[in-house]
Amino acid sequence: MQITVNGTSHEVDVDPQMPLLWVLRDTLGITGPKYGCGVAYCGACTVHIDGEAVRACSLPVDSVWGEITTIEGLGQPGNLHPVQEAWEAHQVAQCGYCQSGQIMTAAAFLNELPDPTDEDIDQAMGNNLCRCGTYPRIRAAVKDAANRLKEA
Amino acid sequence: MGAGKILRRTFLIGTAAIAGGVAFGVWRYRTPYGNPLENGLAEGEATLTPYIKIAQDGITIITPRSEVGQGTTTTLAALVAEELDVDLTAIKTDHGPPSSAYYNGVVSAEGFPIAATDTGFLARNGRAMGDVAGKFLGLHITGGSTSVPDGFDKMRTAGAVARLVLIQAAADRLGVLAGSLSTENGAVIGAGDVRIPYEDLAIDAAAIDPPRHVELKDPSNWRYLGKSQPRLDMLGKVTGTASYGIDLRLPDMLYGTVRSNPAQGAGAFDVDASSAEAMPGVVKVIRTQHGAGVLADNTWTAFRAAEEITFDWAPSPYPETSEEMAAALEDSLDDSARDSRFRNDGDADAPTDNAEVIEADYVIPFLAHAPLEPMNATAWFHDGRLEIWAGTQVPTYVVQAAADLTGLPEGAITLHTVTSGGSFGRRLEFDFILQAIELAREADGRPVKMTWSREEDFAHDFPRPMGLARMRGVIRDGQIDTFDGRFAYPSVVSSQTSRLGITVPGPDTTIVAGGWDQPFSIRNYRLAGHRAPEMAPVSSWRSVGASGNGFFHDCFLDELIHAAGLDPMEERIRLCWHDPSRKVLEAVAEMSSWGSPLPEGSGRGVAFCLSFGVPCAEVVEVSQTDRGLQINRAFAAADVGTALDPGNLDAQLSGGMVFGLGHAMNCELTYTAGGAPDQTNFPDYPAMRFDQCPVIETRILENGDAIRGIGEPGVPPAAPALANAIFAATGQRLREMPFNRFVDFA
Repeated sequence: MQITVNGTSHEVDVDPQMPLLWVLRDTLGITGPKYGCGVAYCGACTVHIDGEAVRACSLPVDSVWGEITTIEGLGQPGNLHPVQEAWEAHQVAQCGYCQSGQIMTAAAFLNELPDPTDEDIDQAMGNNLCRCGTYPRIRAAVKDAANRLKEA
Repeated sequence: MGAGKILRRTFLIGTAAIAGGVAFGVWRYRTPYGNPLENGLAEGEATLTPYIKIAQDGITIITPRSEVGQGTTTTLAALVAEELDVDLTAIKTDHGPPSSAYYNGVVSAEGFPIAATDTGFLARNGRAMGDVAGKFLGLHITGGSTSVPDGFDKMRTAGAVARLVLIQAAADRLGVLAGSLSTENGAVIGAGDVRIPYEDLAIDAAAIDPPRHVELKDPSNWRYLGKSQPRLDMLGKVTGTASYGIDLRLPDMLYGTVRSNPAQGAGAFDVDASSAEAMPGVVKVIRTQHGAGVLADNTWTAFRAAEEITFDWAPSPYPETSEEMAAALEDSLDDSARDSRFRNDGDADAPTDNAEVIEADYVIPFLAHAPLEPMNATAWFHDGRLEIWAGTQVPTYVVQAAADLTGLPEGAITLHTVTSGGSFGRRLEFDFILQAIELAREADGRPVKMTWSREEDFAHDFPRPMGLARMRGVIRDGQIDTFDGRFAYPSVVSSQTSRLGITVPGPDTTIVAGGWDQPFSIRNYRLAGHRAPEMAPVSSWRSVGASGNGFFHDCFLDELIHAAGLDPMEERIRLCWHDPSRKVLEAVAEMSSWGSPLPEGSGRGVAFCLSFGVPCAEVVEVSQTDRGLQINRAFAAADVGTALDPGNLDAQLSGGMVFGLGHAMNCELTYTAGGAPDQTNFPDYPAMRFDQCPVIETRILENGDAIRGIGEPGVPPAAPALANAIFAATGQRLREMPFNRFVDFA
């Protein structure tokens, strides 16, 4: 089976029912997407498929319909995506384990909705869990990221 | 040739001596613990104190407290960097090896019945304390919001000492007096263009006998401390490149998981793994002490195979239902189960005559730690050694336990403490690490990464215990005349230390912490702790006893204040005799515009709790909407004595408040059968959701006389502030968590 992750094509020989998350993490060694709940609830595993935010823990790899982008493909140290810049500027992360998913969720949603209201942000980010309680800084960073994206 | 040594005997005479011993002991030569970095130096590397390693290509600062998200790595590194005079962003950090050299001299103090506000207790309880302190000798441990108070003197001193020997090495080389040299950003500088990087001096410096006395910088000259520092781990955490334990990959590694008896500590009579063993990708199924584990070629296959195993579990050694546990708590309110009565002012049994008597019971549930990174560890037997990678708060204990399990000498065990995706106290336990070792032992020399499914993680947490408080108050002449409470819990200390093979004598102070030690003057003021029998095994959950006792104590205080017809803020301030505590109340009053009018159906609640030496006051504002109660704004003020990193203090205080609010609103663990809680994953246990989270404003004060840590103290006032706000908005008094059993939240 062929999947494209962060612009690179991979031939993977795995059970077609294997969730994308574990193909990324265990088969390909792409560990930015995290395992948190395994039931598409917490959002730590969020990746993009053709720009859409998807819960990789619950998507069988044979159902992948397009090109996959993980946090590693969004931006890198020295070449950050505006959402990552905003996260760094607001010093959002504590344990940081949820933040790959938070950032991927925010990046996809801001692409769709460049001028979000507080209610839009609630709706878009409301299904990503953070156990450390970084929500106030996430909210500030999302707003900052919206501005950065407009300037970019 | 190392410089980092400490003086063991300074431990033996109580906490004052522990604190004093730190400042002098850290660099003293030829003392018992030694510098653990000396083993394992590479060619060209040198170590100056246990906190500093210098190689040709850069400087590593050892930050021996486990980074679980609280930001300790950055703050501890800043302590060393401040005095060493290096660029904080140019150094590397490392947790360092497990070693008693990284003992925590402050953590056990929380176990003693000494109010943070009351030094007079020290002498009276000194003998009893000393006995307990002995149990904690040399503990390399992260917990109790102690990393900063423990490291404040010794890590600055380590930096200062290293800087002096580096200057001396340069002076010797140049043939000048050390006094003619200075330092700048990682180099010794002298007259003319003399500039020698530390890297070039380190090996010479390590051979120099370190000074016995060193001056630390005056805080007015601090470059990093007292100012917000960008977290050293931030870039990794926003780019997915930070490596947690669960991300580790080793050549030829197997992926494993385990299932253990849902009844904690019990084993399995019988295991049928035939269908699991037949699954493609499964390498092996292994019987473990409490169940079975699977080795497979990926984690997903291991999870699925583990689900296929059928077990005949041994019965639970503890009551299996919440009802039985609640009944045991109720029974423990009897005088015969009294564990402590550290506060007994006046006469709480005085005749009440015609005064108003108020009685109430408060109840809190078991709560899971559930850090977002599930428990995992990697173990590898190779070359006669065992190598372990794990997120742990107790590295020396892990090595001891691994030695006991495997029969290997401790010297043949290497533990790498890795970055953790949260903990909240969970990683004080290391059951999961031993399981990884059990699997790796059967892996024919291949490394094994053992990961728990989220369901296994919920089933095998050691939760915060349920608790019950029976409160009684008397209002006389418009004043609170009597405040009397009994707090009942199973003992966290007893449960947790039993798993370390330790028995701690005397009362369990966590049963009453955040209750008995509050700085209020009430004529008849009594608080007793009652020890319930062991139930489901329990452990320390962010803020430990204060997590529930802050709710018991402050909400009942609020009830009495309302019954007396007084203002909740003004009366707390009036009753408070401790200046730094009064000032955090005054701060949140100002921040929240306490007393200003709110719309109909809205309300403000204030709560206060002094825990871990930190007075913390919080105000919550709620309003009733057609979707339910909404928390609009929240305010927190805390006094840490000396604020090292305002940005991180805000993050922890705010995060602690969110943690306290979210669990109070939405979380409980209940028990029906089999010994594991009914809640199996986050949909059953959501804590705070993004869209429920209020706007939060924090303020850090510095009036306290000692430096304190902030990881936990933001938690205890959050739940009572919310309950008090709900009372103000609706007239409904909530005395039981979770609150969503009684009210709807938007």
